[in-house]
Amino acid sequence: MTKFAVGQAVSRLEDEPLLKGQGRYTDDVKLPNATYAYILRSPHAHARIRSLDVAAAKKAPGVLTVLTGKDVAADKLGDMPCFIPIDNIDGSKRADTPHPILAKDTVRYVGDPVALIVAETLNQARDAAELIEVDYEERPAAVHTLNSAKPGAPQAWDHVKNNICFDWQSGDKAAVEAAFKNAAHVTKVTLWNNRCVVNSLETRGAIADYDAKTDRSTLYTGSQGASLIHPQIADAVLKIGKDKLRVITPNVGGGFGMKIFLYCEQCLIVWASRKVKRPVRWIAERSEAFLSDTQGRDNHSVAELALDKDARFLALRVTTHANLGAYLSNFGPYIPTVGTRMLAGVYKTPAIYINVKGVLTNTVPMDAYRGAGRPEAIYLLERTVDTAARELGLSPDEIRRRNFIQPADIPYKTALGDLYDSGDFPGNMQRSMTKADWTSFAARRAESEKRGMLRGIGMAYYIEICGNGPGEGAIIKVDPKGTVTVFLGMQDNGQGHVTSNTQILSEKLGIDASAIRIVQGDTDFTPEGMTGGSRFSATGGTTLLMAADKVVEKGKEIAAESLEVAARDLEYKDGKFTVAGTDKAIDIFQVAAAAQSKKDLPQGEEAGLNAKVSYALPSATYPNGCHIVEVEIDPATGKVEVLRYTVCDDFGSVINPMLLAGQVHGGIAQGLGQALFEHTVYDEQSGQLLSGSLMDYALPRADQLPNIDFNFHNSPCTTNPLGIKGSGEAGAIGAPPAVMNAIADALYHAAGIKHIDMPATPQRVWQALSGSKAGKAA
Amino acid sequence: MYNFNYHRPTSIAEAAALFVKASEARYLAGGQSLIASLKMRLSQPSDLIDLSGIAELRAIKADSANLTIGALATHNAVASSKDVQRAIPALAQLAAGIGDRQIRNAGTLGGALANNDPAACYPAAALALGAVIHTDKRAIAAADFFIGLYETALAPGELITSVSFPIPKTANYQKFQQPASRFALVGVFIAQTAQGVRCAVTGAGPGVFRSSVIEQALTQRFDAAALDKVNVAAADLNSDIHATADYRAHLVKVLAQRAVAAA
Repeated sequence: MTKFAVGQAVSRLEDEPLLKGQGRYTDDVKLPNATYAYILRSPHAHARIRSLDVAAAKKAPGVLTVLTGKDVAADKLGDMPCFIPIDNIDGSKRADTPHPILAKDTVRYVGDPVALIVAETLNQARDAAELIEVDYEERPAAVHTLNSAKPGAPQAWDHVKNNICFDWQSGDKAAVEAAFKNAAHVTKVTLWNNRCVVNSLETRGAIADYDAKTDRSTLYTGSQGASLIHPQIADAVLKIGKDKLRVITPNVGGGFGMKIFLYCEQCLIVWASRKVKRPVRWIAERSEAFLSDTQGRDNHSVAELALDKDARFLALRVTTHANLGAYLSNFGPYIPTVGTRMLAGVYKTPAIYINVKGVLTNTVPMDAYRGAGRPEAIYLLERTVDTAARELGLSPDEIRRRNFIQPADIPYKTALGDLYDSGDFPGNMQRSMTKADWTSFAARRAESEKRGMLRGIGMAYYIEICGNGPGEGAIIKVDPKGTVTVFLGMQDNGQGHVTSNTQILSEKLGIDASAIRIVQGDTDFTPEGMTGGSRFSATGGTTLLMAADKVVEKGKEIAAESLEVAARDLEYKDGKFTVAGTDKAIDIFQVAAAAQSKKDLPQGEEAGLNAKVSYALPSATYPNGCHIVEVEIDPATGKVEVLRYTVCDDFGSVINPMLLAGQVHGGIAQGLGQALFEHTVYDEQSGQLLSGSLMDYALPRADQLPNIDFNFHNSPCTTNPLGIKGSGEAGAIGAPPAVMNAIADALYHAAGIKHIDMPATPQRVWQALSGSKAGKAA
Repeated sequence: MYNFNYHRPTSIAEAAALFVKASEARYLAGGQSLIASLKMRLSQPSDLIDLSGIAELRAIKADSANLTIGALATHNAVASSKDVQRAIPALAQLAAGIGDRQIRNAGTLGGALANNDPAACYPAAALALGAVIHTDKRAIAAADFFIGLYETALAPGELITSVSFPIPKTANYQKFQQPASRFALVGVFIAQTAQGVRCAVTGAGPGVFRSSVIEQALTQRFDAAALDKVNVAAADLNSDIHATADYRAHLVKVLAQRAVAAA
């Protein structure tokens, strides 16, 4: 293998072992003498547990233990943490939702864990679960996001009035009200951002091992960063101390945000393993995933946009009800609040005011899903901008052109406080329109109409924020035998971290890719970090560069001793430290060997050519781009087909264009899935998840996706050394508004319909077209 | 899954004997519905009698009047059979549209008919074409076979051996997929048979049924336009999270028109 440069479309180093079945996912971790856990879950959305009898289950064949909320209380285990404080408008704090790892006296959603059974086989554990007698006293369930916030609605929690966990605001209310008074036109849009079940291909899992000699547990679990869940399990919940737990994350088959957070099962399995003093395995079934993985979105919003007589935006006012589920997940309240910053979009809207009410319901807890608040914000904004254009008789591009933050305005601080450092929004839109043949759309529409089909075109200009969050760790160790090992805090979930980090380091240190090893997901070795918020390349890449700089710096000191010159006279290039202007050189691995002995080490330095860096970017970065979608609708059935998809993105600098295209394609697939297919339906009375399997919950499939014409128009980010902006979530943010704007264009042109909600299922489209009031979509 | 005794007989007689001997036996054909229900513990047979070892159940043959397909012919075998494609192309097309590739390689004609899922495709073909379902005991006309939701005229232990489809003058099947399962949200099979025009509808109601309003209109004139004024009643149709009865009724008519146009 040769040196890999940043910017090359290097094939994924991960692929060969994964495609050959040599990957090691959680379920592949086979430990001798392992036992199997089954989790008995609540069949009710809301019920008091009158009694819970596990005597028969405990005596069932093969059963080692049965644990319930009583055991949780007896062992004084802590609750599941939520990290996000929220201040209400009136200055009070948000409500809390104490969340034990097994329900104590009340179950609050269908799927809430009630008992854990550990047995010699999974079938024995399941058999025993059927012997558990639970006497539930059913209570009315709060289900619907909006209706649950109304007075008199069923209460998910007795202490939370009208289920409103928080009532949060942001922006300048007075300025917005003043602007509305002077508006020439106000556009009002009311819409739903539909709830999504994440559905990672690999379901969640946890396998715990226990070593009695050292009283130490090892947890193997899919995650987006082992270090984030490590202290939560060890300190907050089980209270055994971090040194008694090692968390290992093997290969991960998709996370999309959902695998960032702590889950009851991870704590339960470690706890149970310490009790039975044997390994315990638990791998979620798909039906369990539907009932227990955090879900995403589920917001109801009203947006009002004030415009002047020239269609320039004066102010934006937004009221959102956000479903939080039954318990606050790790970052649950963060998503619908902080995510709203992107409501400023790429426009010079001088005043913005946002009010978000977080609503507790008897449904699965909500948290980040690919985009985490930004898709919700951009969908609302871009649907509103399109609607304003339609009302004012402007084209979608014209209204955007009149309101864009121009390149000359940058750096630009938005009304919500974000400082955009770079970007060419008009240029991106123009490039996307050119590639999409925007101006010749009318001819294509006419051709569709000849065949009796409705055709629409739509655009969405998204901007998002990446690189936020805590510090990322990177450790580099140079082995004299010729390898460089990198220990990362971040966790690959399929993105290609090994490939892109190898590229960054191969270029930076000038060494062969084959000499580089990337280690992730082991709290005994890897530093702190978390993959999420599209921050891997910008934050993690920068951290790695800084660690590499430290290696070179330390290497120079050591090389100087060996070569008996001053460190400042040394140059580092292509893996060698060379005395400037001579051919006297020593390579990095020889330096690493020298670093083992005290003789050549600078005073106070540890042995070995190693470096450790922990770093958080001082400012965020703002990827952005223009998605253009063309759809055709069959008016007889309401079926929507996406015919063309064009995107022009600004991702700053590119490490690997092939990995980047993969991120964009995947993001668009998920965004298109949300827009057209993914329909999470809870029964409003019972709180049962009606779309609880892949037989009823439709994910996008390959034959429903168009070819994606993916283009760059990059303006490197000025606030990180790699110039990177982050791409992981971009597709999922841009796709829903672009698809829905295209559908609205077709429906308005054909029938004057201004809006339908996602997902635009055939039935919804047909009902809108037929004006049928009878069957409001379920 | 609960534990069960597993058998793999090599003849129909052996299968039937095993069935009688067991306390609560189930036949296993392609397993595309049964295995899923076993895994979810929704079904608890004492014995599972796997039919895949009975070679005679796979044969496909056509004569001038009938196409006869063995009960264990997979959807893929039917879709790719030259005999089927020649005799009743609509049936090959129907089989090619069931589920996905993996399902088509495992699922069988006999299994689909015996299961009588209200959204399955094959029952529509059997009913519209006036098929005869042969069992190890008798021959049952399709019109008498489909009783209701997952219910058929089969007696306990009675085994479908083959199905004879009279070859129609023309036929076509149109399916509008339920987006997740790819079963028929509505499926309409139209055929011009020796007995007249037949229109069988699946996916829309509690079980497969013939639409008399559509048959009457098409009997007068076999033309898509003949259905323009037909009103398909929504009253007895299903409403669920995917489609209301109104939408299903509308789709029945749209798909019938498309089937006539394509037949």
